[in-house]
Amino acid sequence: MSRRFTPKVVTANDLLEGDVIYLTADDRWSRAHHEAELIEDEAHAQLRLLFASGQPARVVGAYLAEAKAGPDGPEPTHFREAFRTRGPSNYPHGKQEAANV
Amino acid sequence: MYDYNAFDRAFLAERNAQFRSQVERRIDGSLTEEEFRPLRLMNGLYLQLHAYMLRICIPYGTLNPGQMRRFAEVAERWDKGYGHFTTRQNIQLNWPKLKDVPDILDSLGEVGIHAIQTSGNTIRNTTADHFAGAAADEIEDPRPVAELIRQWSTDHAEFQFLPRKFKIAITGSPNDRAVTRAHDIGLRMVRRGAEVGFEVLVGGGLGRTPMLGAVIRDFLPKADLLPYLEAIVSTYNVMGRRDNKYKARIKITVFENGIDVFKAAVEERFVETRAQFSGVDQQILTEIEAQFTPPAFRNAPTEAFDAALASDPVFRAWADTNLAEHRAPGYAIVTVSLKAHGETPGDASSAQMRLLADLAERYGHDELRISHEQNVILPHVHKSDLPAIHAALAGEGLATANVGLISDIIACPGMDYCALATARSIPVAQELATHFRDIGLEQEIGALKIKISGCINACGHHHVGHIGILGLDRAGVENYQITLGGDHTETAAIGERAGPGFAYDQVVPAIERLLRAYLAQRDAPTESFIDAFRRLGPAPFKAALYPEEARDAA
Ligand code: HEM
Ligand code: SF4
Repeated sequence: MSRRFTPKVVTANDLLEGDVIYLTADDRWSRAHHEAELIEDEAHAQLRLLFASGQPARVVGAYLAEAKAGPDGPEPTHFREAFRTRGPSNYPHGKQEAANV
Repeated sequence: MYDYNAFDRAFLAERNAQFRSQVERRIDGSLTEEEFRPLRLMNGLYLQLHAYMLRICIPYGTLNPGQMRRFAEVAERWDKGYGHFTTRQNIQLNWPKLKDVPDILDSLGEVGIHAIQTSGNTIRNTTADHFAGAAADEIEDPRPVAELIRQWSTDHAEFQFLPRKFKIAITGSPNDRAVTRAHDIGLRMVRRGAEVGFEVLVGGGLGRTPMLGAVIRDFLPKADLLPYLEAIVSTYNVMGRRDNKYKARIKITVFENGIDVFKAAVEERFVETRAQFSGVDQQILTEIEAQFTPPAFRNAPTEAFDAALASDPVFRAWADTNLAEHRAPGYAIVTVSLKAHGETPGDASSAQMRLLADLAERYGHDELRISHEQNVILPHVHKSDLPAIHAALAGEGLATANVGLISDIIACPGMDYCALATARSIPVAQELATHFRDIGLEQEIGALKIKISGCINACGHHHVGHIGILGLDRAGVENYQITLGGDHTETAAIGERAGPGFAYDQVVPAIERLLRAYLAQRDAPTESFIDAFRRLGPAPFKAALYPEEARDAA
């Protein structure tokens, strides 16, 4: 029996900036996790990952990351992905910096 | 120190021009990431969690004020105004943009700095004793030899695709400050009669299978060094495993074949390599040595220093921890701590870098060093200048008097930056430092090495910390394993795991229990933690870490 599929988002790093980006349902790349498309189906997840990987001039290292539904959109479930939505904990740099201004 | 010649400059300019066009082709889509990745790594450019990271080489940890100032400028212009000094005597920029990297490399190239072979399965930056050329206990300055190794290994055609990365460390002192036994090759200068040579160690390394290097030659004449290194690396290039990345380091080659078989193969190859080296390397070494002549030390009174020691307790505390013995009378080696309590170990702002450059220029014979312990060294300072230096450092938050104490922690970037991390390490270091200061035990505890890595790769040297902390991911939660009894010096030892790991917020209390047990059981305040550990064995410390189990067993 195969394991039940758990929801995912497609994430990657931006080629030029290097920062974390997420694939949205309308084929954009967003810098906000909650705007990502929450993928609940395994076959669809593979298609979306292929779509992302087919954009080498825009993204680097696309992969499927675990996520769950939240009130404002998808939320990360693992602490690594949570850090990726914010930035480092020793300085207010990265996404949390952009959120501050 | 070594100045680039026309050949070095032309080589670097050409490499940077090549990389510039590679970046352009990546951005315009003509190179895929698969094609580009090895090219960027060859030039020190990584992609981490939140951004690119550029790892810049500081050969054997030595730099001049102009180079330090250039780091400050580059960090301000193209990054976020700071740099991170690492255990590998490199500096890392955590936020460069892809399109800016060629400009950064050109700017660094102007001052003879590059990022070549800071990644990939090549011979990496040769690290050296950070007190080289200054230490009172030194046989000879090892840096001319380190520079010779740099010239030999940079762009060495045969060694661009080794089975795995390759790290060499060198010391000229019997007191090993370069962790030579934890490197693929460790070189320790020794004397045999009047002749100076090297004890050669091979097969050390940390990572997932930590091992201490074994002696492959107890005395290698200095003139044989390059042919012997060539023999070791080419033997490894052939014998090393390429089927499994985790078994590809030379430590596994030596372990699986045994040191005797490996040594026999090296010695056989050495017959050939020695014949091939015509002696040009020794001519080059003589030229390099001329560039490392010691500064003109001055003979001056040290009353100002003695007076400050007597009258200023803050200065005295700093002098007690941050100065080391210099070989010239009236001089001292200054370690500037990049471990201010609560700050990120190894980070320096552009303003701090500029101050360090100024101080080196004004008082320090134009020399700066980066230590593998992530501090900055002013190697040649006359004692009469120390009060002024201390005051200037204090103005930039650089006068922390904690070198060798509990807050002088090595910490890798961990999950705050590193894509391979399984847990954070920086905040653990920050909390340990502030906690033990706040409860007033830092001085009381005395000499102690805590080293923290954010994953099994062990970039933070946790295996050789008196107390090692390894951050892991246990079922989606950060969990920290503690090792005890490691040693990074000439009496090197790999620490042993104390027991089950601790949750993130339990690490500081666990270390406090451990150190209170040490304070309660040490012979005398002069018995350091590591000495007490060696005398008592792990049992009392494990009991302190795991009081529940100790109670259950009772
Ligand atoms: C982009 C960030 C980094 C990556 C991807 C990385 C990767 C690795 C890997 C994969 C290993 C294990 C090698 C092996 O066992 O064969 C390793 C070891 C090591 N790295 Fe890093 N590292 C990073 C940052 C650093 C930093 C910041 C330092 C210095 C503070 C450092 C210093 C070391 C050291 C000292 C070792 C252990 C010695 C050995 O090679 O056995 N690394 N690193
Ligand atoms: S030890 Fe792990 S987490 Fe730390 S820098 Fe090395 S690879 Fe990254």
